[in-house]
Amino acid sequence: MSEDNIIEVENLVKKFGNFTANDNLTFTVKKSEIFGFLGANGAGKTTAIKILCGILFPTSGNVIVAGFDIYKERNIIKQNIGYMSQGFSLYEDLTVKENIEFYAGIYGVKRKEIKIRLDELVDKLQIHDLKNKFVKDLPLGWKQKIAFSVAIFHKPKIVFLDEPTSGVDPITRRQFWDLIYEAVESGITVFVTTHYMDEAEYCDRISIMVDGKIDAMGTPTELKTMYKAKNMDEVFVKLARKQTEEIK
Amino acid sequence: MKRFRAFLNKEFLHIFRDVRTMMILFLIPVFQVLIFGYVIKNEVKDAKVAVLDFSGDAMTAALVSKLDAANDIEIVKTFSSYDQIEASFRANEIKAAIVFENNFAEKFNSKKTVDLQIILDASDPNLANLLNSYISAIANNYAQDKNIGAAKINVSVEPRMLYNENLSSAYMFVPGTMALILMVITALMSSISIVKEKEMGTMEILLVSPLKPIQIIFGKLAPYAILSIINAVSIIIIGNLIFGVPVLGSPLLLLFVSFVFILMALSLGLLVSNIANSQQVAMFISMFGLLLPTMLLSGFIFPIKNMPLALQYFSYIIPAKYFLTALKSIMLKGLGISYIWKEVTILILMTIAFIGISIKKFKIRLDS
Repeated sequence: MSEDNIIEVENLVKKFGNFTANDNLTFTVKKSEIFGFLGANGAGKTTAIKILCGILFPTSGNVIVAGFDIYKERNIIKQNIGYMSQGFSLYEDLTVKENIEFYAGIYGVKRKEIKIRLDELVDKLQIHDLKNKFVKDLPLGWKQKIAFSVAIFHKPKIVFLDEPTSGVDPITRRQFWDLIYEAVESGITVFVTTHYMDEAEYCDRISIMVDGKIDAMGTPTELKTMYKAKNMDEVFVKLARKQTEEIK
Repeated sequence: MKRFRAFLNKEFLHIFRDVRTMMILFLIPVFQVLIFGYVIKNEVKDAKVAVLDFSGDAMTAALVSKLDAANDIEIVKTFSSYDQIEASFRANEIKAAIVFENNFAEKFNSKKTVDLQIILDASDPNLANLLNSYISAIANNYAQDKNIGAAKINVSVEPRMLYNENLSSAYMFVPGTMALILMVITALMSSISIVKEKEMGTMEILLVSPLKPIQIIFGKLAPYAILSIINAVSIIIIGNLIFGVPVLGSPLLLLFVSFVFILMALSLGLLVSNIANSQQVAMFISMFGLLLPTMLLSGFIFPIKNMPLALQYFSYIIPAKYFLTALKSIMLKGLGISYIWKEVTILILMTIAFIGISIKKFKIRLDS
């Protein structure tokens, strides 16, 4: 494994019965980059992310995350990653503070350290009046920002974001990306899936998945040049068109 | 261990914060024991009885006063014709009527045999049966007393109800309620709490975290195990203080058996949570698959030997049946482990089986 890579995937295959969700994926993610994992719904993004997080076993292929093997060293990997799912996954009947303390607790962050980081976070997000509120009483945008802060609270090497911005308005989405940039600055690698093409522009590199295969990979500029497109949306449309022509 | 504590802490927050959960955990058990104890009674108490006396001699008078003196019977009417009995039954004034034939004393003294008719309102069959045996017993008793010194003494059967001498229904309902409540709290509540994590998507987050699956499951189940033990103890105490249900056997053994049953119920809860994908489904399965059989087929309310054969066989797979047998043996008969090891073993085997199936299902889900 090269020094610069934090994720290395080689010939990853995941089958559910006859259905192939991930068809021979090979890609790498570099340290401290934002890697966008794009694709339509059902293209196999979530399956891949679940394999990288260690909650699904691949059918075949080599996967190395944060320097550890997905088959043998899942437990060490889990300590080194953060995960935020589509549903934001905070406990609605707990307060913001309790949610943070809980997640920090199960990741083994020390009590003293939790207190320090919690105070920092409260200052950073300006949530002094929100921290003792129940999550169910928060607006969606806040839930999402707090869920992200929770996912990186234990200072993981990589954070996996599975469609973190679905259902949120564009302004909140923009604010959310500010948080992501901040995390990257502190050295965290961000692996994000999305189907918003404008968000793809914010990524350092992207891979586009179609029907379980990676169809294109590169920086947004590279892809736009390659497909002679003005923006990522056009790249995506052209890719999809190519796909249909191939079928014909 | 610290991680696990953080998890346990969260579980208790969920429980203590939800009013509904708290009600189910702490109010319903108390109410249920009180309701079952006070309202549902199948013992005779001050049953109203009428007398139709065609004889009217000293012997019938003595017998009537003897009946009236009995604790559970009250002679409220004296009739002179059968028609009046009928009318009184219809008006729901009496539960039974006793008819003495004419020349009662004379026939008794000369022939040593005389007829006494008991007419019962069998629209309440339990009560009718009880009254029947009760009145017969008093009459036989009296006849025997009168026979003392006579040449031939009739042998009469005198039943003695062992372990529950007063046929008190609380003796039946307290163990039954305990089985029911432990089943509700452990199986129903724990399965709902696990399914809720699946439904909210938080289960994924937990699985991604360094917590081991076994820690997650244990952390989900442990609070309910602890609360169930508290409930079991409080039910026994309520039963003892209010209804006088004794604990003749070892309290430690009683706790142990209760704990085995709780583990069994938890493993069922785990199984339900594996099958169900929404809280509603979990509740539905728990209600109809676990609670109703516990109530109806365990011998709690209806005696198993009165059931149709098919249901009798079916009752063998109802865990509460074994728990009830063991409970009654310890509480009412004061028996030790050597008498109930079979029931305990069956409960443990059931627990292992349910956990085994759950693990297998869980693995299949992870693979696909």
